[in-house]
Amino acid sequence: MNAHNSISRRTLLTGGLATGFLLAFHLPLRAAVNEPVQPPDATDGKFAPNAFIRIDPEGATTLVMPQVEMGQGIYTAISMILAEELDADWSKVQLLHAPANEKLYGNPIFIIQATGGSTSVRAFWKPLREAGASARAMLVQAAAAQWNVDPASCTTSKGEVTHKASGRTLSYGALAAAASGQTPPKDVPLKDPKDFVYIGQPFKRLDTPEKVNGKAVYGIDAIVPNMKFATLAQCPVFGGKVGKVDDRAAKKIPGVRKIVVLDDLVAVVGDHMWAAKKGLDALDIAWNEGPNAKINSKAIWDDLRAASAKDGVVAKSTGDIAKGLASGEKLEASFELPFLAHATMEPLNATVHCTPDSCEIWTGTQIMARVQSEAAKAAGLPVEKVTVNNHLLGGGFGRKLEPDMVVAAVRIAKEVDGPVKVVWTREEDIQHDIYRPVYRDTIAATLSAGKIVGWKYKIAGAAIIARWLPPAFQKGIDIDAIDSATDVPYDIPNVHVEYVRAEPPAIPTGFWRGVGPNNNVFAVECFIDELARKAGKDPVEFRRGMLANQPRFLSVLNLAAEKANWGQPLPARVGRGVCLQPSFGSFIATVVEAEVDEQGEINLRRATSVVDTGIAVNPDTIVAQVEGGLIFGLTAALYGEITIDKGRVQQSNFHDYRMMRINETPKIEVHVVRSGEAPGGIGETGTTAGPPALRNAIYAATGVALRRLPIDRKLLAAGRKA
Amino acid sequence: MHMATVLTINGETKSFDAPPDMPLLWVLRDILGMTGTKFGCGIAQCGACTVHVDGKAVRSCVLPVSAVENRTITTIEHVGSTPAGAKVQKAWLEAEVVQCGYCQSGQIMSAAALLAATPNPDDSDIDAAMAGNICRCGTYVRIREAIKQAATGRQS
Repeated sequence: MNAHNSISRRTLLTGGLATGFLLAFHLPLRAAVNEPVQPPDATDGKFAPNAFIRIDPEGATTLVMPQVEMGQGIYTAISMILAEELDADWSKVQLLHAPANEKLYGNPIFIIQATGGSTSVRAFWKPLREAGASARAMLVQAAAAQWNVDPASCTTSKGEVTHKASGRTLSYGALAAAASGQTPPKDVPLKDPKDFVYIGQPFKRLDTPEKVNGKAVYGIDAIVPNMKFATLAQCPVFGGKVGKVDDRAAKKIPGVRKIVVLDDLVAVVGDHMWAAKKGLDALDIAWNEGPNAKINSKAIWDDLRAASAKDGVVAKSTGDIAKGLASGEKLEASFELPFLAHATMEPLNATVHCTPDSCEIWTGTQIMARVQSEAAKAAGLPVEKVTVNNHLLGGGFGRKLEPDMVVAAVRIAKEVDGPVKVVWTREEDIQHDIYRPVYRDTIAATLSAGKIVGWKYKIAGAAIIARWLPPAFQKGIDIDAIDSATDVPYDIPNVHVEYVRAEPPAIPTGFWRGVGPNNNVFAVECFIDELARKAGKDPVEFRRGMLANQPRFLSVLNLAAEKANWGQPLPARVGRGVCLQPSFGSFIATVVEAEVDEQGEINLRRATSVVDTGIAVNPDTIVAQVEGGLIFGLTAALYGEITIDKGRVQQSNFHDYRMMRINETPKIEVHVVRSGEAPGGIGETGTTAGPPALRNAIYAATGVALRRLPIDRKLLAAGRKA
Repeated sequence: MHMATVLTINGETKSFDAPPDMPLLWVLRDILGMTGTKFGCGIAQCGACTVHVDGKAVRSCVLPVSAVENRTITTIEHVGSTPAGAKVQKAWLEAEVVQCGYCQSGQIMSAAALLAATPNPDDSDIDAAMAGNICRCGTYVRIREAIKQAATGRQS
């Protein structure tokens, strides 16, 4: 069993998937982690053949979710994959959040138990199918033994085994006890995709009915008997410490029960959030701001520009770059992307009950096992004394790939008798985020006879991977920061890609929806449009000319151009822009149509994406993810920037860290191409596609080649020279 | 100390102790345990906390509890018992609007108030009624579609 699964996992890690994290993992990561088909830790008297499936005698089919639901529809997709190979009765499916358990529920791509990077379906596609097929085979064996027939003569459908020749049928529930005694088969065959009955159908999501009537429970909704409520303040300057706290006024606020003062944060505990918040506002805190109080955005950008002028570590080199750059007409540009906050709609929170020998946590996290181990450190307890109860997430976007909200709550809870729910204010959430790093990408390219002959690309930015997944940070290269820079789809004979690790001082940086490809697809696709103009070619035509060996890219590009009415006339100051991206194992072309008014304000008219993501498990979810991803990315392009002055973040809430609203939203059409290829990732893709497509639309509308986000309207006002 | 506060919420009378300046949001969530109404920003910028007071959509995060005594309060837990609320919830599921869902309580409350007042809203009515509700997952296209479906009874 184990040997077989190790092999299948290795096959998954190294085989077949086009781009993204996967190819980078030829790494000495721990080999014994994640054996998805091994038995569960608890069977509860049910048929529990593996970590993911439990069937009780009544046929109730409980599926344990190894990835977390933060809006991306993964609970439904995972269930569809398991149910497909199990031939489960969909009406009997119930879901369970997985507990913290890296061995059972680790993500085969990251190895740790994490949900992110648009990896869920890519990583779990094969393990889940094997788990479902193996369980199905055991149920068939149990039925065949009871009937004394050949298992091969039995069929399964909708939670039943049937022996057609004798007209007998048994339900999975009736077979549950007998199936538990069966030996899991070796090398269980998987269905031919043409026989799929669930996968590929537009299934209604399982998590949504309770999200329209207030019954869905997010981490922030956890209710623990006798809990108190707390909110916190950390030093506004990154890395600063608490100096003196005058709590006399705060203690007089009705409902305030306790002031918790730690070295780097202060929390007020009360009977409800209002008492806690009023108490916090009434505190007089003197902070020791420390050495970072002089940091500002200008200095950070100066440092990054200086770093990006240096040579980097070579991430890719093909052909002869010196020769390539010496021939033809040369063009150079730099592209800059700002710090961004995540601003999940559910502010950071965790409810914690610490006793001298236990710690129980209620929260919504993308990293169950890491939260458990970090909480154990903070509580001073062995990891097995820490229980994490995961919940639905009110948005993740990478913010909840970090354990800080739970660690802070544990440290506060240690000072409180009984359970305490710690909720961050929106201001604290935005000012103490772990930010999408600033990036500066520089490109030099040469054109000869209308084709690109040399392409030298350099990324400068933080190495999030070095902190977050150290074993994956090798030879000075951050595989996330270079993602989609080393696999540009265009046919270019001489390519050279370098990475300069440049960490901003004191500002914590982490993953943000769209991750590394956000910066690379933006720089590459914007620059391709500048090259097209230099070559005197239409942007779509220019791209087509470099895709002769890329049928999947060519096909989505052609269809997007057709669906978006590419080439048809538009009014003055209206333009269409295109983006083609190789990210997350999917092939996506996007066209944005936008108008730039006389003041430089942007009106988004229309967005069209064509998506080839291989086998589409739940096609409507794919459409929804691309729609939402586009809005997430376009929001950042229009408004997103966190700036620093005196060591602190200058934005604080939605009035100064703006979000796109319904009245600004364009018409969006997403077309999913039918494909039999292995599934690609989807959750991040729209976010990556939106900004370059919009920027190129503005370029077409105004002739202004923006090279920095967010969009600077001043550069776009009418009458200004391009 | 203050007198007990009495509110009519979802047709039921609730009596509890709360400071008069305490926003209705925290009364609902932290005193009454009604967690369907969400905290998003605390300054009436995002709409996650939207409830109905006398049928109108209001932001409960800035609404002092003392201001809503003797008023009729409806929350997401009960909006399905109103004709407009039931239509909106149904359309939301048919159009598969929801992603993370955290903002959707507020979106549905705003949409139900819109439809109760304006049974056949056009795009500008929808913009005006819904622009105060942020959705970080970006479900706006489907929100617009679902409101139109709810208004016409048409299915996708």
